[in-house]
This record gives sequence, structure tokens and C-alpha cells, in this order.
Amino acid sequence: MAMNPTVEHAAEIERPAPRSGVRSAIVDFCRRRTLGALGAAVIVLMLTVATFAEFLAPYDPVANNFGAMLSAPSRGHWLGTDSFGRDVLSRLIYGSRTALMVGFGASVLGATLGAILGVGGAYFAGKIDLVLQRIMDIFLSFPLIILALALVAILGNTIPNLIIAIMIPMIPRCALVIRSSALSIREMPYVDAARAAGFSHARIIMRHMLPNVMAPYLIMLTAFLGQAILLEASLSFLGLGVQEPLAAWGLMLRGAAVEFAETAPWLAIFPGLAISLAVFAFNLFGDSLRDALDPRLRTQ
Amino acid sequence: MHRRIAHVVTLATLILAVAVAPVAAQQDKPRSGGELVFVVPSQPPSYDAHQEETFGVIHPMAPHYGTLLRVDPFEKTGTKPVGDLAESWTISKDGLTYTFKLRKGVKFHDGAELTSKDAKASYDKIIFPPAGLKSSRKATYASVEAVEAPDPSTVRFRLKWPESSFLLNLASPWNWIYRAETLAKDIRWYEKNVNGTGPFTFVEHVKGSHWVGKKNANYWDKGKPYLDGYRALFISASAPQVAAIRGERAFIQFRGFSPPERDQLVNALGPKITVQQSGWDCVLMVAMHHDKKPFSDKRVRRALTLALDRYEGSKNLSRITIVRDVGGVQVPGTPYATPPAELEKLAGYGKDINAARAEAKKLLKEAGVPDGFAFTFKNRGIPHPYEPIGVWLIDQWRQIGLNVKQEFVEASAYHPMLKRGDFEVAMDFACGFIVEPDLDLFRFVSTSDANYGKHKDAVIDELYVKQARAADPEERKKILRQFEKRLLDEEAHIMYTLWWNRIIPHNSRVKGWTITPSHYLNNQLDTVWLSE
Repeated sequence: MAMNPTVEHAAEIERPAPRSGVRSAIVDFCRRRTLGALGAAVIVLMLTVATFAEFLAPYDPVANNFGAMLSAPSRGHWLGTDSFGRDVLSRLIYGSRTALMVGFGASVLGATLGAILGVGGAYFAGKIDLVLQRIMDIFLSFPLIILALALVAILGNTIPNLIIAIMIPMIPRCALVIRSSALSIREMPYVDAARAAGFSHARIIMRHMLPNVMAPYLIMLTAFLGQAILLEASLSFLGLGVQEPLAAWGLMLRGAAVEFAETAPWLAIFPGLAISLAVFAFNLFGDSLRDALDPRLRTQ
Repeated sequence: MHRRIAHVVTLATLILAVAVAPVAAQQDKPRSGGELVFVVPSQPPSYDAHQEETFGVIHPMAPHYGTLLRVDPFEKTGTKPVGDLAESWTISKDGLTYTFKLRKGVKFHDGAELTSKDAKASYDKIIFPPAGLKSSRKATYASVEAVEAPDPSTVRFRLKWPESSFLLNLASPWNWIYRAETLAKDIRWYEKNVNGTGPFTFVEHVKGSHWVGKKNANYWDKGKPYLDGYRALFISASAPQVAAIRGERAFIQFRGFSPPERDQLVNALGPKITVQQSGWDCVLMVAMHHDKKPFSDKRVRRALTLALDRYEGSKNLSRITIVRDVGGVQVPGTPYATPPAELEKLAGYGKDINAARAEAKKLLKEAGVPDGFAFTFKNRGIPHPYEPIGVWLIDQWRQIGLNVKQEFVEASAYHPMLKRGDFEVAMDFACGFIVEPDLDLFRFVSTSDANYGKHKDAVIDELYVKQARAADPEERKKILRQFEKRLLDEEAHIMYTLWWNRIIPHNSRVKGWTITPSHYLNNQLDTVWLSE
């Protein structure tokens, strides 16, 4: 008798502990979507680097050091220095902060406002939807970069303005996708039931419709993140984004990087790689997230 | 044996010299024909040089016009006036009357003959423009009382006071001679049309693309121009400009390239590229708004200039952009430039940068400016040399505890911004066509439109007038040094950064063009030719 409880206890110990929902979802995601997990790992790395830039960067990213100007990658400067002798690695590390700040700011705001407008349009339908959709069509008729360029030219090139300029072209793109999902949700019996129960429009939209478009919302958000980073880099490259001496990847690609492309190729190579890697990571993660959340694309 | 070898070598050298001499002479002899294609990094806002201030007007359009005098196209300092439409001139003993005899047989492109009425009408438009008509250099002719045309071939300028710079000022490349009859009918006609006496006639202008001119068969200087025509390509970004020269689609760009761009071209084209370099009558300055705190305090302004290590900056920035010389209010190496020993006595020009920065920090503390004080520095949205100098300035100011943010303003909106005074600290810039204190320093007079920092200083105003009227060059130099000390040191109204360095790498086929310290000079193209 004395042995039995002990055996039962051991059996309990050997049984795997039940996973929490989030943890199990993460493990499942990593196991089934390796590329997506790789993208997520790069994103986490970027976030870490951006958060702890002060501790990770070996040099002050804006301090000129003419004694080391245009040095090739070496022990002292792993990724070389630019035409002002500034350490390229330190500028890349601080540049990740700019990229993520603008990227997250623009894509979260753009996707959220797009989702609200998309759901609102689908719910109210009729004239409101018609007007909203035509306004969205007007914005959609401009290529992303052209609209962002025009907005920066009007607003000026501070970081908050840059976020607004990148966010605005994203709103109609998100609104369109969310609206199509919301249209089918609007016809669901529980929405009719909520309406019949006399709930307010705001409550129906916020409590019953928005949570049901979270999957396309998250997918759009991650897709926009990569685009926003690329757009910020493009605007900075064109001289309309972040201004010197602040560190930003697109900014690192202009000026000296072009002029010294033949004699100091590291000036263009490393920021270029950083931009490509970040966009690639967000795209991989976004694609995998779409596969995971879209029931039609789910594979077992 | 050695002697025999020596004889053979000498003989061979002689034979080679005799054989090559005619070829070399032939290469130096101007050759007619060909179209000169050049790049212009700016655009003409209008066609009227009297009111414009950009080389975007001078470079494509100067070949259509003549001026009374011009700067000798073969003289490197760009300070020797020679006759263009004026054949000769005399100056009265009291220095108050300048009389010019015009060349005979000079014709406008429409066939009309040039007379003194045309020169008078053009200068009246420049010096005494009717209300509402802009004249950019009117203020530099304040000494002129009247322009007269006593007979068809004589033009006379009567001055209110003698002015040593007057003759040079008449060699201005902006003072194109227009037809009096045309101006009488419509004084704005030249804003949109071309009719000059220059070596090339107008063919076409496609906005944003190109400007084309062809040889003027009736040009007064027989045998010139050598070229059949020219084509100016408007390209604003520097990378495509370099690509145009590198790909031999264009022969030259007359403003200048940066050192790395020069190196790119030399490495790519080798002997096909000829590089001409010169000091440049252009300087970037920093304007500090005197009505805005804390820059209204001269201790703060002085601290800002003390923070700059100009010598180290010159050594390093000259490797990456078009600046080079440390100087005072005149282009280094020119007659009225500050001798180095005197320069070092001015605030921010000493060789001990640590002591200067310590003094700067002390001054900021005394003025109540806290460590980490933040302000915005407005800069002009042009890559060279504005961007690198801006980055350098911010780094220098960071070293005395200032936290400066840079804001670039688009080039076309920059002048209006300066004029509105919409800045605390901003990049100011000046480019002259001739190195001459009267022309270069007028901007610092309290009433000048270009006094963007809005300082009011009766001492500066008085010293400016005194130097302008000083007949003795040595006396003038002394007054200029007082002016400079007051401007840059005692009051620190403005700060000079570094003087520019003009670098023109051009296709070696381009001959007959000489670099000068101004990119406004030598653009008539009458002496330019293309070798085989």
C-alpha cells in the first residue's frame, strides 16, 4: 500500500505540465512555421538592440572622429566608420531605434485607424460606407511613396510628422481588407441579436465586430511594419526623412555612401543589409502569422 | 661609349622635339566646331539676370549676352577687368566720372545695332529700377548719381563719391546689356525672352531638361566663338551629374564637384579628365538671430564661434566636401585677406581649441545658458557643402554642452525663410563674382536686406563706409581689420565657417576655359573650344 501512492506520484511528475494557451500557441507556431519563427527571432533581436542601444553601441553615434574617418571594418570599428569618422555599427544600432519607432508608430496607427474605418463602413453600410470607400479610393489612387513624399513635404520632416506621413497611406489599404471581413461578420446572427437587444452602435462595433477582425488586423499590422520601415528608409534616403546627425538606416545610405561607394563600400553595404533583414523578417513573420490565423490557409 | 650614347639620346630628343612641336602647337591652337554639352545643377527662375541670383541663370544664358566690362577670361584670380562691349574707358581725376567708349559694329541677335542708349537703359534698370521691379544688385551701386549717354558710342557714369570698387563692379557678369527700345516697350520683356549681343544665339529652352544655343555668325569678335553651339543639361542631383561626365555625355559642370566626386572621375577616366582647382569666393556663415534669446547675448554668440576647431575642420572636411580655407571676411590669399597671425587673434581662430572651448563654456554659464541647452539649426537642403558643414557644426557645439537639432529647409524656400527671420541659428551663405570688400561686406551693414541676424551696429556701418572710400589700399586694410574684429570677435554678429574650394574636373577635350574663384565668371564661352 505504501508503494502505490509513491508510484502514482511519480507518474504525475512524469506527465508534462499543461501549457498555457499563449505559450502553447508560440511553441506550435515555432514548430510549424520555422521561417516565421526565424523572422520573429530577428524582430525580437531588433527590439532588444533598439531598447538597449545605449549599452550595446560601442561609440556615440553622432560624435565625429576625423582621426578614424572612412576606416575599413577592423577590431576597433567592426563595421568601419563613415566620412565623419562615426562608427557604422553604433549608428546601425541607434538606427534600429528610429526604424522601429517610425515603423511601429506608423503601422499600429495606420492599421488601427484603417480597422475602425473598415468596420465602421461595413457596419453602417449605405451612404456612410459609400462616402468612406470613395475617400479610400482617392487615397489608394496614389502610390504609397508618392503620397508619403507629398505629406512629408507639407508637414515637415520631424519624426512625428514622418509617422503621420507613413501612416496615412496605410489607412485605406487596411480599411479595405478589414471591411471585407467585417461585411460577413455584420450578417452573423449574434450581431443581429445584439442589435435586437438594443445595444449601442459603439458597443456592437467594439465588443462584437472588432474582436472578430483581429486576425486580418494583425496580419495587416505585421505586413505594414516592414513597409513602414522601408518607407522611412526611402524618405530618409531622399533627404525627406530623419535628418543628420541622427542615426537612421536610410540616411546612412545617402550622401557619403553614394560618393564613397567604390572606396568605402561598407558605408552602403551594412545599412542596406540592416534594412533588407528587417523588412525580410517582418515579411516572413507576417506571412506565417497569416497562415496561422487564416483558417483557409491552416495546414495540419 | 657613354659619350656616344649621350649623343644618340640628345639627337633622338631633338628629332622628337622637332616632330612633336607642330602637333603640340596644333593642339593649343583653337579649333572651330563641335557642341559643348555641360551640366547645370540649378534652373533659371526667369531669364532676367538683373533680378536673379542663381548660377542657374548665368550658366545657360551668359553666352547670349555682352556686358560693358568683363573679367579677363584667362586670368586665374578673376580680378582683372577687361573691355567687353566697352572698347576703352577713362576715369576722371576726382574719381567721380567714368566714361566708356563702346565698340562699333556690335549687333543684337535681332539685328539692331548696339548704342550707348542700350547700355544706359540697362544700367538704369539695374540701378534705378521702377517701383515693383526687382533689381538684386541695386544696393551695390549706391554711389551712382546718374548714367548718361552723351553720344551713341559713349556711356558715362557720374558718382556721388569716389568708390575704389566701381570699375570691378561694372565687370559684373549679371549686368547684361539689353535693348533700350525693347525695355521702353516692356521693361519685363527680358524675364521671358532672350536678345543679347553675345557669342551665341538662343535656340530652345525645355524646362527641367535643357537649354540650347548656337554660334552667332554676327558676333563682334571675328573668328569667335569657336564652338558651333552648346547644350546645357539641367541635372540637380550630384550622382547623375558625375555619371554624365563619366559617361562622356557632358564635358563639364561649371559650378564644381566634391573631392570624392573628382576622385571618382579621375579614377574612371584617367587622362581623359583634366582637373582645375581654385579658391572660391563663397563661404558658409552662421547667422544668429539677434532678436531671439539667448542669441541676443553676445556672450552666447561668441561661445558658438569659440567652439569651432576651424583648422582641424579644414584639414578633414576638405577631404569630403568643397570647403578648404580658414579665413576672415575676405577670400584667403587675396589682397585684403586677413594675415594668418592676425586671424589667430580673433575669437574661434586660435590654435588652442581646448582653451577656446573652456572659454566658450564659461561664457555660456555667465549668460545663464544651461548645459544641454537645445536649439534648432536650420540648414539649406543642398548636399555640398551644406550638409557636411551642418553635421560638423553640430558636433562642435555638442562639445561645449549644446544639444543642437538640424532642420533642412528646401533650397527654394531657404532665402524667404532667412528674410522672414524664421530661425534662431541658421546657415547663411555668400558667393561673390569678384573678390572685393565693398561687394562682399555690404551684407553686414545694418540696413542690408542680407543682414539676416538683424544686428544693428552703427560702428559696423561707419567702418564699411570708411573702407569703401579709402583711397590708400594700406589704409583700407587697416579699416577692414577693425571691421572684421568688430563683426567676428567683439560683437560676434555672425560666424564664418570655412571658405569653399572650387574643383572642376572636366573632359580634357575642353580647352580655352580657365577656372576663377567665382562660378559666375567665364561663362560666355566665346574662348572655349573642343580639341579632337
